[in-house]
Amino acid sequence: MKTQTLLDRQSTVVLSLLTVAAIVVPAMNGLAAPGSALHLSDHLVPLLGKYVCFALLALSVDLIWGFCGILSLGHGAFFALGGYAMGMYLMRQIGPRGVYADPVLPDFMVFLNWKELPWFWHGFEWFPFAALMALIVPGALSFIFGWLAFRSRVTGVYLSIITQAMTFALMLAFFRNDMGFGGNNGLTDFKDILGFPLQSASTRIVLFVLSVVALACGYLLCRWVVNSKFGKVLVAVRDAESRTRFLGYRVEHYKLAVFTLSAMLAGIAGALYVPQVGIINPGEFAPANSIEVVIWVAVGGRGTLAGAILGALLVNAGKTWFTGVLPEFWLFALGGLFVFVTLFMPHGIFGAARDLGKQVSRRLASRRPPESLSQAAE
Amino acid sequence: MTTLRTIFWALVLLAGMTSVAMAGPYEDALPRFAADSYADTEAAIAAVTSSGHSLSLRVIEALRDGQLLVGAGQVVIRDISGPLVDAAKGQPSGANAGSLKPVRVNNRVRRAIEAALGNLTLLSTDPGTRLEAARAVFRSRDAAALPTLDKAIAQETSPNVRKALRTARAAILLNKADASSADRLGAVATLKERGDQEALALLSSLPSGTPSDIAEAAGKATDSIRARLALWSAVQNIWYGISLGSVLLLAAIGLAITFGTMGVINMAHGEMVMLGAYTTFVVQELIRTYAPGLFEASLFIALPLAFLVAGVTGILIERLVIRFLYGRSLETLLATWGLSLILQQAVRTLFGPTNREVGTPAWMSGALEIGGLSLTYNRIAIVVFAILVFAVLQLVLRYTSLGLHVRAVTQNRRMAGSMGIKTSRVDALAFGLGSGVAGIAGVALSQIDNVSPNLGQGYIIDSFMVVVFGGVGNLWGTLVGAMTLGIANKLLEPYAGAVLGKIVLLVGIIFFIQRRPRGLFALKGRAVEA
Amino acid sequence: MAAPITPALLYLDNVTVSFDGFRALNALSLAIDHTEMRAIIGPNGAGKTTMMDVITGKTRPNEGTALFNGSHDLTYLDEAAIAELGIGRKFQTPTVFEMHSVEDNLLLALKQKRSPLATLLSRRTAQERERIDALLERVRLTHQRHRRAGELSHGQKQWLEIGMLLAQQPKLLLIDEPAAGMTDQETADTADLLRDIAKTQAVVVVEHDMTFVRDLGVKVTCLHEGSVLAEGSLDAVSANERVIEVYLGR
Ligand SMILES: Nc1ncnc2c1ncn2[C@@H]1O[C@H](COP(=O)(O)OP(=O)(O)OP(=O)(O)O)[C@@H](O)[C@H]1O
Ligand SMILES: [Mg+2]
Repeated sequence: MKTQTLLDRQSTVVLSLLTVAAIVVPAMNGLAAPGSALHLSDHLVPLLGKYVCFALLALSVDLIWGFCGILSLGHGAFFALGGYAMGMYLMRQIGPRGVYADPVLPDFMVFLNWKELPWFWHGFEWFPFAALMALIVPGALSFIFGWLAFRSRVTGVYLSIITQAMTFALMLAFFRNDMGFGGNNGLTDFKDILGFPLQSASTRIVLFVLSVVALACGYLLCRWVVNSKFGKVLVAVRDAESRTRFLGYRVEHYKLAVFTLSAMLAGIAGALYVPQVGIINPGEFAPANSIEVVIWVAVGGRGTLAGAILGALLVNAGKTWFTGVLPEFWLFALGGLFVFVTLFMPHGIFGAARDLGKQVSRRLASRRPPESLSQAAE
Repeated sequence: MTTLRTIFWALVLLAGMTSVAMAGPYEDALPRFAADSYADTEAAIAAVTSSGHSLSLRVIEALRDGQLLVGAGQVVIRDISGPLVDAAKGQPSGANAGSLKPVRVNNRVRRAIEAALGNLTLLSTDPGTRLEAARAVFRSRDAAALPTLDKAIAQETSPNVRKALRTARAAILLNKADASSADRLGAVATLKERGDQEALALLSSLPSGTPSDIAEAAGKATDSIRARLALWSAVQNIWYGISLGSVLLLAAIGLAITFGTMGVINMAHGEMVMLGAYTTFVVQELIRTYAPGLFEASLFIALPLAFLVAGVTGILIERLVIRFLYGRSLETLLATWGLSLILQQAVRTLFGPTNREVGTPAWMSGALEIGGLSLTYNRIAIVVFAILVFAVLQLVLRYTSLGLHVRAVTQNRRMAGSMGIKTSRVDALAFGLGSGVAGIAGVALSQIDNVSPNLGQGYIIDSFMVVVFGGVGNLWGTLVGAMTLGIANKLLEPYAGAVLGKIVLLVGIIFFIQRRPRGLFALKGRAVEA
Repeated sequence: MAAPITPALLYLDNVTVSFDGFRALNALSLAIDHTEMRAIIGPNGAGKTTMMDVITGKTRPNEGTALFNGSHDLTYLDEAAIAELGIGRKFQTPTVFEMHSVEDNLLLALKQKRSPLATLLSRRTAQERERIDALLERVRLTHQRHRRAGELSHGQKQWLEIGMLLAQQPKLLLIDEPAAGMTDQETADTADLLRDIAKTQAVVVVEHDMTFVRDLGVKVTCLHEGSVLAEGSLDAVSANERVIEVYLGR
């Protein structure tokens, strides 16, 4: 059954496209001659990599919102925490190459006159540890938060609001210098990762490909989860929470499990994002960022997984284009998108395409003798 | 003939007397200002002050203001209006301004000036001046003022001024080594009664060699003053809390109405507040251009307009967007977020991204001093205004048919619908009402916050916290929520700092929600649970 | 666990529920035997649904005990634990998982491990498929098995919900107004189905439709203002003066 679901139509398409991206982007960047129409310039690779990380973040939001009805308006916090974990590793890698040339302390600590590394910075010089933390810290926070919230049955808009409060509180905390995460400026000026210089084209290509692989794995994981009986319970919770309870399911455990999983995915996305953009600062915790992620999912189509990926890529590409050409209009466009999608495309691009597909096949069916309709991937 | 002679001699005598007067201590002191030495200047100040001459005050004031000029053997006062006045005679002087330069002062001299001014004005006929003078003496502790002070106290009629005079006297006596023990103990008692930061400073920095009984009394007095000051500062903090709470109340109360009736979170609520603030700005601009005389009333003119602008925008939003998302509260949240982005950008495009200057009418500036409290008038106005808005809304909800319908829909939408209440009309009006109230909140907030396109963003999370904390059962929840959060915030601030205090509060709310998922004043019944 | 103190499957004693002073249940006492079928009647607002809420853990009583199987105090358990014990419930308004297919609705209800890990790793077995087939047959939805539950008719949803109850294999079924919105034929069929179920499981049915209750032919309890007004055969209860007064006197 597992292999069968992995090969459903949507998964095949998504995986093929991601594979193509993982091959074509490096090829266009490395093989095509600079100046030729096919050439992808060096600065575009991390930009695309950034989109891919956003797509993974959107996927994590879709998993809980689309399938379990939990609208988290604070997922940016988990993303940022993953990013900070990676940022701390990168910061430690700078070593004596910082402005103050302190072999251990990052520049901002020297600047603040700190004498030794705070305890929570220990271990981050070691990549596997940092990578683990990028998973564990968002996971632990989401677990504690979710345990508190779901146990006492905080649902709907109340839950959304307190997720906002959570990310807002974290933003304020990370803005403080004495938190030990670089305050306002965050972590930046990274030099290399595992010994490979971050500025070099080949490192960037590798990071891009890794992001695509992470996205593909994340997608497969989510697909496996939602296609399992566990996933069916999630949908049941989304549509009739108390009915699910009376059937004997502990709804809070399900919500907690999927919320934590989703936060960890977001953490991975953040960890991959930071080396590609070269900075992480408290702005990533801004409540507005988390809300924006939700619109990516809504644009693509919530509850479809592939839609979340599509939405994240489209909206972010649009943002890049707008801010280049008509910067003042980006907020109009984004705001309009929120309104338009919720009003006219409640199921997003994917839903619209599916409805269209159904209409077409219905037309065809009315002409031809009825045959079994292929089930749309759900 | 004899008559003539007597008259002549009388005149001579008079002239002689005058000339004697002209050579009195005042005139003797004046040239020392020209010596260009701080010590001489100080001595001159003392002499001029004790001379009792009618021009003494003018000279010292001019010296303070840097308008006492010397040069070419002359001492001249430059009047504010420009002409030069001979300091000795008080008549216009023909001195050449170019050859004069102001008497230089340093901090020591400045202190002497302060003290001198205090002494000179202690006997003024204007009680306000006397009060000022008493305060100046209190600060300078100039023992030379003691005789004048005693005289002033003896003839003082205003109790307020007398109190100030006596604390000034106490300040001098306390530090005067040769004062009697009884006097000094009396001084400690008087200062203890005064009980402010300055009295505390005086009492806790006695000169060495103070007898132990006085030091002991002073020690007790400082303890009691410290306790009193701590109390005042707690009260002051609570006042700040109430004032912050009123701001939160204003920002959140409209939200509570829309959230209560429709169960929708209006993320554009903050932008309604912003629209109200910009309406105030536009009204003031128009008034400045066309009717400057109305400026003092500008806020009252802005209030109804802000209500209209924000209210109509709210109704439009409800009719054009929210209506179609009925029952899908999470989608509404997203759509209204989109609207908030659009409104922000629209205002940014129209008015520019920078802060706009909204003026404060004169009646709102200044502060009221009560005991150790300082209450600024604009904060008082906002607190009063918030209470008024709250009261009016309560009345509207309780005694109008709109209010009845809104409450009915809040409690059980389906039931209200089947009883013939046009729920969609109620929705639109409630949304308009909530938004309008946000608009008038914007008028108030324009007085204490920067009017920029981001104004609303700053309040939205706080407003949500208030609503979530207070619950939507009724408006009292919002009041309690706003005040609790406001006061808690301000009480935490001195210990944790502003940012950490806020974080603590946010985390506190997250925990609170676990215990009471629907806030303090929750709605009950099956309709809610469904 | 304490030894059974009552032979009854469900034992309610002195249960009181008040909402802000209004007593929806007022010292209600009731006992249901293993494999007994009981019909509960009573005017609107008598507290029938509230009684089910108490039994299933949705509402905590202010006072009183609710024992299941003699030893489990239901007032301390949550909904999921109570369902695990073997109490199934059908709601007054049919609630099924509208986005799931009929088959998946039954699959979710099947008696299986309920933990997240178990469902994540579970695979559908041949045995499960057979159970589902049998259930579909029993609630006459075999031909609808792939349709979304949301697309079913009202009556079909009622039956699907009963099917889900059966899939849980509970010891006690609480069924709130199963015949509401059904045609006469469907109502009669439902009565047959319930009688059939009652051969192996205890059933509590709440219903306003007296023909339906008569069809069931079981002991009837009449609730009024939160407590038992009369108990006995339908004829005896409907002859009771106070019952007549309550029903007609309003
Ligand atoms: N959560 C609640 N809050 C307040 N009152 C409630 C609540 N639940 C039920 N009630 C009240 O308790 C009383 C009993 O309701 P219940 O639904 O149990 O009656 P019922 O016998 O099932 O009626 P019907 O035949 O109409 O279904 C009603 O008056 C109802 O309004
Ligand atoms: Mg009922």
